[in-house]
Amino acid sequence: MKRLLASLAIVALIAGAAQAQEKKTMAVSVPTADHGWTGGVAFFAMQEAKALEKKYPGLKVIVKTSPDPAAQANALEDLATQGIDALVILPHDPNVLTDPIRKVKQKGPFVTVVDRISNDHSIYDLYVGGDNPGVGRNAAVYMKEKMGGKGDIVIIRGLPIPIDEARYNAFMDGIKGTDIKVLDTQYGNWSRDDAFKVMQDFLVKHPKIDAVWAQDDDMVVGILEAINQAKRTDIQFVVGGAGMKEMIQKVMNGDKMIPVDVLYPPAMVAVAMDLTALGLEESMPVRGEYILNATLVTKENAKNFYYKDSPF
Amino acid sequence: MSQAGHETAVPRKRLVEIGAVAPFLALALLCLLGLLVNPRFLSVDNLTNVLARSTFIATIAVGQTLVICGGGLDLSVGAMASLVAGLVILFLNSGWIENAPLLIVAAMALSLAVGALCGLFNGVTSTVGKIEPFIVTLGSMGIFRSLLTWLAQGGSITIKNNDVRAVYRQVYFGDVFGVPYPVLVILGVAIIGAFILYNTAYGRRVRAVGSNEDVARYSGINVARVRTITYVLQGLCVAIAVIVYVPRLSSASSTTGLGWELTAITAVVVGGTRLKGGIGRIWGTIAGALILEVIGNIMLLSNAVSEYLIGAVQGAIIIIAMLAQRGLARGR
Repeated sequence: MKRLLASLAIVALIAGAAQAQEKKTMAVSVPTADHGWTGGVAFFAMQEAKALEKKYPGLKVIVKTSPDPAAQANALEDLATQGIDALVILPHDPNVLTDPIRKVKQKGPFVTVVDRISNDHSIYDLYVGGDNPGVGRNAAVYMKEKMGGKGDIVIIRGLPIPIDEARYNAFMDGIKGTDIKVLDTQYGNWSRDDAFKVMQDFLVKHPKIDAVWAQDDDMVVGILEAINQAKRTDIQFVVGGAGMKEMIQKVMNGDKMIPVDVLYPPAMVAVAMDLTALGLEESMPVRGEYILNATLVTKENAKNFYYKDSPF
Repeated sequence: MSQAGHETAVPRKRLVEIGAVAPFLALALLCLLGLLVNPRFLSVDNLTNVLARSTFIATIAVGQTLVICGGGLDLSVGAMASLVAGLVILFLNSGWIENAPLLIVAAMALSLAVGALCGLFNGVTSTVGKIEPFIVTLGSMGIFRSLLTWLAQGGSITIKNNDVRAVYRQVYFGDVFGVPYPVLVILGVAIIGAFILYNTAYGRRVRAVGSNEDVARYSGINVARVRTITYVLQGLCVAIAVIVYVPRLSSASSTTGLGWELTAITAVVVGGTRLKGGIGRIWGTIAGALILEVIGNIMLLSNAVSEYLIGAVQGAIIIIAMLAQRGLARGR
């Protein structure tokens, strides 16, 4: 049965190729919106799909969201059997999805991996991602300077996955050798509610905290509410990350609690789709790795990173 | 709390009461542990934080106690909470009523109406459709959460008007004579829940239906109606939890209420309610919800447990608490 399906797919592919360059299909597979950032990813993917179809009348873009790694693996099989010319994928868990992606690649489509990769770099033609170590490093550089190299901080991490690890390690490296003391570290699961809880407990536990590093703007919402409620004035500022529009707005307004933000934009999926389309439709040499900077957003440059229509 | 029945043997009655008190003993022991771990555990700030935080689970778990006691199960409560929260915030943003307090009261009424409707849907589908409640509510869980994600376009829905926000904020952070509103909500919901379950004819029917459906049917009880109403009550409890939840962060997103169903069911079981139905302990459920929240709090306040192992220690404490309870209640 599988072989039959596979051969059907090949027939479809050949038939597709025979139709000449007029009709091409790009499949985009992303996680279901399970928090603000992935919500942004889905939003930008849909928006860019429309824009690309308008720009290239011969291009069809299918966007598919999947709630978990297993469902995403199934989605990849379904997409591949439909016959696609390119796949843009932001994998739930890069380790789990390496093989399913390889299978798609073996059938011939151009494969673009976004944001998360495993150690196997042979499964993609193009990689587009944010600078995870940069998210930690740039936050560390800023906090070091702002705090004059000393003070007490608490850290709220995301989920225990490689992305969080890369950010955390780079941050810890960044503050090494200074007198910045990390009082406490906990996971906030990239969730507002969990970060609120963790911050409330940190505030009870530690009578003096100078600053907070949270690497994610969704969590910063909860953190600010907890600080606000406890009426604590010792916390001078909070550094988040990602570039949620509410936080960019605060930076723009010169909010003392949110002096900066570190970019890790969900719009990277749109960049990946554009580059893939360039390769597909205009035969541009786009194979390689494209890393977006983890730019430090300050009051001066904030307006360049404020996207009014984005849900994130 | 008088579900001990009217058996004549006095010592027997006392043993049953120990079973009802066990969750509170476990809670007291945990508080002692908390004090040992960090003296700040007993500070007023920390206790109000923990009590206020447990409102959502405690309130929802009271409804779940009724549902489980009646032989049902509701997995959709977390997703329902996110959907109701989203609709309430959208309503607040619509600004239908100029006056902020009136607008908020209207939003609360809307919350209760939507919650009751969601519960009615679960109840009718499982009883009239004769489908396992596990499946029905698993389905509605997906429906409710997706609807919220769709309404929020994958992002979050936030209260836009700052005046409304400032007024509504009091519902979570405000207090009467030092007692925070959320604590009053827990008490109120528990008192009403206990009254319904132990002191009304309806409550007796719920327990009868839960302990033996066939016997209940032969004695002339309308099983479908009794069960359906438990789901509606569960929906109302979710709505009340949402009314308290929304002012906290003034936003709802697809992570709102994630996993609440399992936490609520755990609270119910830790509190001594029988998962198979027939026996329900409202006050035990409240203790169960507090136990779960306190465990998390102690983990964070202690320096001994690595952040990687918190889940394991929490799980172990829950199991030990249950074992201790069983040990106490044995002899029944």
